[in-house]
Amino acid sequence: MNIFINGNLKQLESENVTISALIVALNLTGKRLAIEKNGEIVPRSQFDSVNICDGDKLEIVSAVGGG
Amino acid sequence: MNDELMIAGKAYQSRLLVGTGKYKDFKETRAAIDASGAQIVTVAIRRTNIGQTAGEPSLLEYLPPEEFTYLPNTAGCYSADDAVRTLRLARELLDGHKLVKLEVLGDPKTLYPNVIETIAAAKTLVKDGFDVMVYTSDDPIIAKQLEDIGCCAVMPLASLIGSGMGILNPWNLQIIIENAKIPVLVDAGIGSAADAAVAMELGCDGVLMNTAIAAARDPVMMAGAMKKAIEAGRESFLAGRMPKKLYSASPSSPTSGLITAA
Repeated sequence: MNIFINGNLKQLESENVTISALIVALNLTGKRLAIEKNGEIVPRSQFDSVNICDGDKLEIVSAVGGG
Repeated sequence: MNDELMIAGKAYQSRLLVGTGKYKDFKETRAAIDASGAQIVTVAIRRTNIGQTAGEPSLLEYLPPEEFTYLPNTAGCYSADDAVRTLRLARELLDGHKLVKLEVLGDPKTLYPNVIETIAAAKTLVKDGFDVMVYTSDDPIIAKQLEDIGCCAVMPLASLIGSGMGILNPWNLQIIIENAKIPVLVDAGIGSAADAAVAMELGCDGVLMNTAIAAARDPVMMAGAMKKAIEAGRESFLAGRMPKKLYSASPSSPTSGLITAA
């Protein structure tokens, strides 16, 4: 399926992937992140239960240096 | 001396708040922040780099959120909606953390704040339970309106972000400070330790800066200088300066007992 992560097209081999599984697949395990799916924040407590579907738009953000 | 800065019900010993951007690396960021004595540090919220990031160090490893109070900002936002969206993500990212720095910019060239969008975002964020420290222009009326909306601190600019031009309108800052019942912090434009001391002598409750430290030739040394300037300026304010007079005819040394020709 095709999804968009931070504005870029990403092809995933499997269907029905949870947010948690996606984090592993993207090599982001252990990083402090916040995720928006189609404009709605997905609470961290729901990463295991929320599935990603074809066409979903995800924003994955972290804290960086800034003033 | 017990002279704490109270923000949203929490007491801080340091009146210097610092940004975490523009440093050479995270090691220098950490060393400068340690030298500054700051307890509140601003961070930006940005898209995570996807791919080739495994094992890459992150800011949070160098500045653990358990050790510092994070102040996520909305730098780069040009609309109320973008700012609110960014801070809701920040709250999720930082486990429900409510203290935030709102800034809505109006122009990429000057980074001057858009106060109309800022006011709209402040209303939404306060209603949503955030503790909002708000960056704004040095307009006393806008500052008062932001206080009335329920912001927990108002942060007028000294001069434009990253300009290092110092305090361009001390008179406006003085009016803002006089009118405010919430902490007033100068945010943006500080260039040197002297500027920081002047801000505190005006009666500001604190100063937020980034570039003045990060862009100094020796950022760690400048961070230490800023710490001292903030403390000196604060104490000078509290001590109450002598009145200015064109001349006094009142010398500091005794006028009697002078050696005179017999």
